[in-house]
Amino acid sequence: MDNKTLYTITVFSENTVGLLNQITIIFTRRRLNIETLSVSPSAIEGIHKFTITVFSDSDTITKVVKQIDKRVGVIKAYCNTDEGLVHQEIAMYKVATDRLLQLGSIEDIVSRYNAHVVEMTRDLTVFSKTGHHADTQAMFKELSEKVGVLQFIRSGRVAITREKVERLSDMLAVMEEKIRRDRMQYG
Amino acid sequence: MSEKQITGSEALMQALINEGVDTLFGYPGGQAIPLYDKLYNYRDSLRHILVRHEQGATHAAQGYARTSGRVGVVMVTSGPGATNTITGIADAMMDSTPIVVVAGQQASPLLGTDAFQETDLIGITHPITKWAYQIRSVDEVAWAVAQAFYIASHGRPGPVVLDFPKDVQTALTEFKPHHITHIRSYVPVPEMNAKAVAEAARLINSAEKPLALVGQGVILGNAETELTTFLRKGDIPAASTFLGLSALPSDYPLNAGMIGMHGNIAPNLKTNECDVLIAIGMRFDDRVTGNLKTYAPQAKVIHFDIDAAEIDKNVKTTVAVDGDVKETLPAVTRLLREANHTAWRDSFKPLNNRETDKVIRAELFPADGPVRMGEVVNRVSDATGHDAVLVTDVGQNQMMALRYFKFSRTRSVVTSGGLGTMGFGLPAAIGAKLGAPGRTVCLFVGDGGLQMTIQELGTIMQSGVEVKIILMNNSYLGMVRQWQELFFNERYSETPMVNPDFLKIADAYNIPGKRVTNRADLDAAIAEMLTTQGAYLLEVVVEQKGLVYPMIPAGACITDMLLGNE
Repeated sequence: MDNKTLYTITVFSENTVGLLNQITIIFTRRRLNIETLSVSPSAIEGIHKFTITVFSDSDTITKVVKQIDKRVGVIKAYCNTDEGLVHQEIAMYKVATDRLLQLGSIEDIVSRYNAHVVEMTRDLTVFSKTGHHADTQAMFKELSEKVGVLQFIRSGRVAITREKVERLSDMLAVMEEKIRRDRMQYG
Repeated sequence: MSEKQITGSEALMQALINEGVDTLFGYPGGQAIPLYDKLYNYRDSLRHILVRHEQGATHAAQGYARTSGRVGVVMVTSGPGATNTITGIADAMMDSTPIVVVAGQQASPLLGTDAFQETDLIGITHPITKWAYQIRSVDEVAWAVAQAFYIASHGRPGPVVLDFPKDVQTALTEFKPHHITHIRSYVPVPEMNAKAVAEAARLINSAEKPLALVGQGVILGNAETELTTFLRKGDIPAASTFLGLSALPSDYPLNAGMIGMHGNIAPNLKTNECDVLIAIGMRFDDRVTGNLKTYAPQAKVIHFDIDAAEIDKNVKTTVAVDGDVKETLPAVTRLLREANHTAWRDSFKPLNNRETDKVIRAELFPADGPVRMGEVVNRVSDATGHDAVLVTDVGQNQMMALRYFKFSRTRSVVTSGGLGTMGFGLPAAIGAKLGAPGRTVCLFVGDGGLQMTIQELGTIMQSGVEVKIILMNNSYLGMVRQWQELFFNERYSETPMVNPDFLKIADAYNIPGKRVTNRADLDAAIAEMLTTQGAYLLEVVVEQKGLVYPMIPAGACITDMLLGNE
């Protein structure tokens, strides 16, 4: 990846139509490939959270974060490298039950990978596993070699910073205070 | 308590009036008929300028915004009407011009079905707007318009698009004017940082060779007085970007001219000699910096800007002063010592003399030969007492006009800086005049650019807007021809133009004019143009192969200027 680092960008935004497009085109224009993308409601009602991973360098990523932060609808954007984060992805694997049973012990693979059996029928078994990319990939590799994987899906990364508080809560507090002052000023 | 119900279209009219709008530029069409129907009821309070092409409406709105300081408003139909506004929207985004474009749209149930004249305007305009929003319910109209105007005009200004489906235009609502004081997810002006202010002042106080670069931020922030107070106290010479021109009067003692590819020798060379470079509301465009690796490597850089994303984008700063220059400049000025940099300022003089000797004298006062572009600009500028609004198209006409036109007051320049839009000039001049009705508006345009939006002569005819058009006709796409001459072995690929009789075209639109080919006739023709009531086309046949000097080749170091004839 020519000395590029994997950055995780976190974006808090209003839940408005078209915001995802506005954010992704900022990457497109700068010829950056998004590795993973995950969007969901945040802990604060009405505010959505994007987690985006991308290989880049610190100078480029700083500019990208500023461009995202600048968009109307984006409340706050920031980025971290892996050291600053606790992060996970979830993967699901579908295999044929009869081939799986030929392995002998299902418990062995489940416990070694800390995976779960989500569903098991006579025909098909679905496992799920959360972990880092390398972990979910290792399980995929082993299942592929030993049983064959019929379907495989991996989510985008979700991440939490190692800092004590979510920075957004501070931001919102400052914002609410400003709004309160404005209200007093304008009645 | 129930108020009278009105349609979404009428709600738009009332919301516009609520925002203080009295002028809009537009063109009706299938999905905008209900809008235009309601406009008909409001034509006493909303003056509509019917353009001849929607691109013209956006440029006119830009010209209006730039001279008036208000938000320019555009109203068009969906599909082609909307896509025709794209160039103007992109131009407004690059040049931080506040405009609001309201476009009709197909009815909501038809969206996504490739209905007649349906286009995804929001998707198309996301990258080139501050905000693009489709009004989805008639109850949103008041809010959406208020939000649009707030976003277009607050912080760093820019274009906003409102997409207005036809069924929403005709649905009924109880209109209540909406007023916006803040948006949770938009911080228009970053908080001023006292530490940065102190550090900036410390650097400037310690400077022996400070140089200020003035951008449009000063004009947008109405901070012209704050700027001169700052410069005077610090005794700091200041040069302008294109869009910063007229923030300082041309004859202001500390005005060091214009920077950039075709800027003045002194401020360009001094950029690489100063010890502290103070950028004020400008964004270090590549046409200003040339090669970034060799741009002011010796200087400590202080950057004043309202847009945090501009800090460290191109040039790394020593101190960033975030905020509105109207507040940050005085804050820094308070901490400045009265300085005296006579020796430094005097060192600009020999360079100015060199530019006069090598370039300016021959351009402005040629003894013989064909008329030159610079002398046309200079004579029109003198004849208007340096008090007119300058509008330019793009290319050599623009460079000559920006180099040689002189200004005595602010908001006197309307030009397409960032996007470099040929065809910008004529419609922008219409808007500029409507935004500054008491002022003379002079448009300098080339034969290429004029033909890109020449249909707007019809707008002038119908609206009676008084625009003085100075066509500098060299029968070439002159700036490209210049590059071909200098860098492509004189291979004039597709730059010679076979032109129509422009006076006949103007005459067809009832616009009087004159063609001048001899310099002896120039002053009288300019006088006639300025004393003739209404619009006027002055066509000056200029030197075919004129060259704009000085020139820093694209991507070169700013000290590597070409001066010609060496």
